[in-house]
Amino acid sequence: MEKVSLKTDINEEQKKAQQYVEAQGLRVLVCSGTGCMANGSLQVIEKFKELGANVSTLTKHDKMTVVPTGCHGFCEQGVLVVIPDLHTTYVKVKLEDVEEIFNEHLINGRPVERLLYTDPATNTKVAKTEEINFYAKQTRTALANCGKINAESLEEAISVGTYSALAKVIEENDPDSVITTIEESGLRGRGGGGFATGRKWRSVSRHKGGKSYVICNGDEGDPGAFMDRSVMEGDPHRLLEGMAIAGFAVGADEAYIYVRAEYPLAIKRLRIAIEKALEANYLGDNIMGSDFSFHIHIKEGAGAFVCGESSALIASIEGERGMPRPKNIHMAECGLFKRPTLLNNVETFANVPLIVLNGAKWFSSMGTENSKGTKTFALTGEVNNTGLVEVPMDMTLRQIIFDIGGGIRGGKKFKAVQLGGPSGGCLTEEHLDMPMDYDLLVKEGAMVGSGGLVVMNEDTCIVEVARFFMGFTQNESCGKCTPCREGTKNMLAILQKIVDGKGEMEDLETLEKLAHTIKDGSLCGLGKSAPNPVLSTLKYFRDEYIAHIVDKKCPAGVCSAMKQYQIDAEKCKGCSKCARNCPVGAIEGEIKSPFKINQDKCIKCGACVSNCPFKAISSK
Amino acid sequence: MNKTITSEVDFKEIDAILESFNYNKSYLIAMLQKVQAIYKYLPEEAMTYIGEHVEELSPATVFGVASFYAQFSLEPKGKYEIKVCDGTACHVRGSSPVLEEIKRKLNFEKGKFTTNDGLFSLEIVSCLGACGLAPAIVINEKVYPQMTPQAVSTIIDTLMSNERK
Repeated sequence: MEKVSLKTDINEEQKKAQQYVEAQGLRVLVCSGTGCMANGSLQVIEKFKELGANVSTLTKHDKMTVVPTGCHGFCEQGVLVVIPDLHTTYVKVKLEDVEEIFNEHLINGRPVERLLYTDPATNTKVAKTEEINFYAKQTRTALANCGKINAESLEEAISVGTYSALAKVIEENDPDSVITTIEESGLRGRGGGGFATGRKWRSVSRHKGGKSYVICNGDEGDPGAFMDRSVMEGDPHRLLEGMAIAGFAVGADEAYIYVRAEYPLAIKRLRIAIEKALEANYLGDNIMGSDFSFHIHIKEGAGAFVCGESSALIASIEGERGMPRPKNIHMAECGLFKRPTLLNNVETFANVPLIVLNGAKWFSSMGTENSKGTKTFALTGEVNNTGLVEVPMDMTLRQIIFDIGGGIRGGKKFKAVQLGGPSGGCLTEEHLDMPMDYDLLVKEGAMVGSGGLVVMNEDTCIVEVARFFMGFTQNESCGKCTPCREGTKNMLAILQKIVDGKGEMEDLETLEKLAHTIKDGSLCGLGKSAPNPVLSTLKYFRDEYIAHIVDKKCPAGVCSAMKQYQIDAEKCKGCSKCARNCPVGAIEGEIKSPFKINQDKCIKCGACVSNCPFKAISSK
Repeated sequence: MNKTITSEVDFKEIDAILESFNYNKSYLIAMLQKVQAIYKYLPEEAMTYIGEHVEELSPATVFGVASFYAQFSLEPKGKYEIKVCDGTACHVRGSSPVLEEIKRKLNFEKGKFTTNDGLFSLEIVSCLGACGLAPAIVINEKVYPQMTPQAVSTIIDTLMSNERK
């Protein structure tokens, strides 16, 4: 048999693809992630294309190509237009700005200053992409190509080296050493639990021989997290490559990507990527002429948070209600369709090709002792630069929130940061210098989770946030086991009572008791972690709970039940508009003299505030 | 079974869907998604039909699956499906006042989330993954970023006046 060299082949392909990209001339990258699309990036792209017809007028480059890319991560500043050759990033670009960018910068070489990013700390314009703090302080590896390539083009993916790791492992034909590499890299699951990826692969590979499956968990259900969405939308081939490598290593030839239905763009881009990879034989039967075959299917979720849990996800793929199964039978032995199954998260798979190419040492040189490599976080909430960030796992919360995130918006005070979504917890000022280490965070009552970081300022009511999360998990509890089904309902009722200003001190004890029962008694991770937001806030913000219960006051001024509306007698002109709009007739007075609110009748709906033409009514 | 005679459900269409999935029960969720794409909700007759025609399924199982997932609606939805994101980022940045404004504007009957004229329906979703645009809403797949009560009120007014034309 003729010896095939897949590595040489893929290098050739990469060279061809690079020539293809070079022939595009000046590349104008326009973000077409979900965020920028909502801000009108498609119109911006069309306008550039329209103008780009007149390419001979471009001075240095004889040609321009508009490249729709995946998410750049800086969603707040969308639409983002990046011109790498000119080191320029334009932010908040609107349709009407396109002509100016084209004429001024692309033709006459004069950057359009007003569309450059303004540093919130120094209030100055940042000319070069590399100097924008949001990007400068990140280490982008898993997200390296997101926002740099056209996610719907196989050539562009190949040009940045995609599928060369797959070619390498197939040619070297040593599945065991692939697993060893992953083990040595220290990669841990990026979806929540942080289980050692290599160990998982090893245990599935022990059951080689028959039919095995690989599953990619793209059911990114944590509210406030969108890193997996960005990878699927921005660099889908990388994910497919990572899955194929996993399949090769554990001896599986079929795979599923479970994507939540709320991500239509991710589903579309994955379908295109799978189709093109099949055509070019990077997926399918006898990949690149080898003996290895690998097929990937997409399964759309249907809106159930619990399906992020592995056994519930499998039930959902099999077409059933997404309810978790007891874990006494190991998935590595008996998973999907009762066959050995490897399940990893999107970001975990996206890391695999890089580890294979650059080696385990490269990966393990980043991060902390027990948390290697980089992790993506979705930085949101009351922070100046919201978006997607990727940092080595030894970076501290302070660096992420203040250096990359640019601090708290509106110059307000930092109060707390919520990590890990509904399964995680709130951390405070005193934790800001902690690294993003899996184990350290768990010790403090939070978790890396899937990577949501929601920053809260002094105007956020912590008790209300705890109620919000409990409302979420209660709603998403599948109802199979009693501690979770009934426990979360009761915890929510107590939190609601406190927020409504009817709480009693015993309630805090009951909350803690219930929380521990749910943690100990629930069947799956959803229930086991559901009380975390309450426990961590009770630990760090007990004062705020007590203020709600004893003083009947919401220190942040959020909880409407504890508000008192008052009419400023000096500002009130006595027009009676508030009284006419009050649904319960709680406001009385005589025309042309100040009106008054009867606090016993007031239901605190706020209708009077929005109706007062003189801004005379306020709450406290 | 009398009901099916007068039903609006076109069983040939349902058959075509089942056929495209080879009558394989592990594709039940995908089948239901296709049915919902046609009718904008899951008509009872369609669910019964699937339960009776796919091996190892029963109407009860189909109903069990349909009622489990938030995406499936057992009642007809409006022409404009409004989804309000109440994920953490949107919640912290004020999705509740936006939601209240929509409810006030559309004046739903108690316990209902579709307007009587069938134009609008409302759904609260947990996270659209558009956290950088918080608070966000989606109307028929179009994402509207950085909502305020005023902005959402204008959007609904525009849709209403388009309908009157």
